[in-house]
Amino acid sequence: MIRYLLRRLGHAIFLLFGVSLLLFFLMQLAPGDFFSTARLSGSISPASIHALRTEYGLDKPLPVRYLRWLNSVGHGDFGYSFAYNMPASALLLPRARNTLLLTVPCLLISWIIAVPLGVLAASRRGGWLDRFYSGGTSALLGMHDLLLALLALLLALRTGAFPTGGMMSLDAAGGLWANWKDVLWHMALPAIVLIVGSLAPILRHVRSTMLEVLDSHYIRAAEGHGVGRLTLLFRHALPAAANPLISLFGLSMALLIAGSMLVEVVMSWPGMGPMVLEAILARDMFLVVGAVLLSTIFLIAGNFIADILLYVFDPRIRINA
Amino acid sequence: MKPWRKLSLVTVLLVGIHLLALLAGFVAPYNYATQDRDHPYARPSRIHFVDCAGKFHLRPFIYETSLREGTLNNYIEDCSQLQPIEFFLRGEKYALAGLVPADLHLFGVPSPARIYLLGADGFGRDEFSRVLYGAQISLFAGLLAAVLALSMGLLVGGVAGAFGGWVDEAVMRTAEIFIAVPWFYLLLGVRAVLPLEMSPLSAFVLVVAVIGLLNWGSPARLVRGVILSGRERNFVQAARGFGAGRGYLLRRHLLPMSFSVALTQMALLVPRFILAEVMLSFLGLGIGEPFPSWGNMLADAQQFHVLTAYWWMLLPALAPVPVFVAYHALADRLQERLQSAN
Repeated sequence: MIRYLLRRLGHAIFLLFGVSLLLFFLMQLAPGDFFSTARLSGSISPASIHALRTEYGLDKPLPVRYLRWLNSVGHGDFGYSFAYNMPASALLLPRARNTLLLTVPCLLISWIIAVPLGVLAASRRGGWLDRFYSGGTSALLGMHDLLLALLALLLALRTGAFPTGGMMSLDAAGGLWANWKDVLWHMALPAIVLIVGSLAPILRHVRSTMLEVLDSHYIRAAEGHGVGRLTLLFRHALPAAANPLISLFGLSMALLIAGSMLVEVVMSWPGMGPMVLEAILARDMFLVVGAVLLSTIFLIAGNFIADILLYVFDPRIRINA
Repeated sequence: MKPWRKLSLVTVLLVGIHLLALLAGFVAPYNYATQDRDHPYARPSRIHFVDCAGKFHLRPFIYETSLREGTLNNYIEDCSQLQPIEFFLRGEKYALAGLVPADLHLFGVPSPARIYLLGADGFGRDEFSRVLYGAQISLFAGLLAAVLALSMGLLVGGVAGAFGGWVDEAVMRTAEIFIAVPWFYLLLGVRAVLPLEMSPLSAFVLVVAVIGLLNWGSPARLVRGVILSGRERNFVQAARGFGAGRGYLLRRHLLPMSFSVALTQMALLVPRFILAEVMLSFLGLGIGEPFPSWGNMLADAQQFHVLTAYWWMLLPALAPVPVFVAYHALADRLQERLQSAN
């Protein structure tokens, strides 16, 4: 167990290191820095711009700057936002919390919906239910996040039954429970959009994985022995399909994080999405890169959790490790 | 034989969609940039067969509309201005498929009246025409980016699979790093270092290049897998035994083996990349005015008053739906064939 986890952890750290190198390299590609535009304005003297660059360490050689940035990331600062004049983390972390608040429940709910449906469709292979299922998932694949988000916005505007954006009502001053209810109410539409938007690939994957397992000899044997239908599906077949399913868990999370970026912008959910967009327009590179790095950390952490789940559910990995 | 028939149906659909985009100038009644300042946010034209007097016409027609006095968005049909819809009529000049100069349009009404099948935007530009011209940009941006990503994948994956050893190790580790970043965040990160303002043509090239070049990881991984297993096949071993070099093996045996996998992968990548372009342009980071893309046409619809008062501004969001469904269906059929071939 320890050795397996250490190996996966090592891999995760390698990935993080690689991504940080990639992103830092990317940052250097940017023409000029935050102070280049200040130079153009003419109201700030070149000497004071030079002084500012020295103060922020922008005149140091590349490797030194990389190490300083890495050090800042390691201390949880994620670099420095020039536009807001504060450590990027102070801006990033509350936004990241809101993004997680939205995406994690969506991830869980879409899996909770997808697994039983997929198992059911696979068990009725070729039947009307299965055909309906295939048709439905194909149609779902066409429903992209942008369409869904705009439709949800239209619904909120037309009916007035849902808030059109934000995370809390302005006049929210109730107790803890009332505040939570308020957040949940604001979450409803973006969450529905995200779940519907990310459901199709999971549904299809669950079905095809289950089909493969149901084709195998031991399932036939169990069926021949008169094992009940539900026991067969959920006790014997589903655990055997756990490995590819858990592998997809990481992928579905990647899709959800990417999709939530757009949904957050359209539905003005105060997550990382709107902030990244603003930072790009303001050329606030540390903030942009910090957000990309943070989203990568979420993804890698999710994959690490998937690895642990795999270890728990798949005996083959336990023996090989 | 059944998969074949399904494949051909999907192919017909896809070819049709792309032809429609290519021939946008002919199918669209107007140019994407032609404005009509008298009809901002005009409603989709009602197509009539029966006129105000209750008389039936065989040829469908529309009524010209004008703003109701004192309102900003309330159009009324003028019963005295009947405009028959004509087919194959001469109108605005355009270049067919960007090459052949022409002025024949599939349908339209005699100018100066204008027909708005999907309504008009705030400048009085015909949304139907803009969706068609936008398809040229959005569809081909996705297609070109997918070709780019796959060529990179074939090249890099081919080299990694054929050489093995530390080359393979290094290449695949790098691919993992690229895959580890959530793709839309990576796309935005790269977009952030590029200039915000640029000419539409360079914006198009840039969007295609960035989307294509960032997504080489997973195709490369797939191609490498095929090549690694292909190296163990008997006929490849035999060719090697006869003294075939690495380059020859790759060119003659290994890469052709991975083409079908690459093609299936492409059918999956194209819709994703179309969506990437749409999302970038929607956020104002992709292709800009006056050129229409399915993304930047929707940027207006984000404003609350536009969305509530002019619902037809939402219609361009439906344009990618059949494209995505068709491409995914194609990917399914190709996958089926791939599996039955093995």
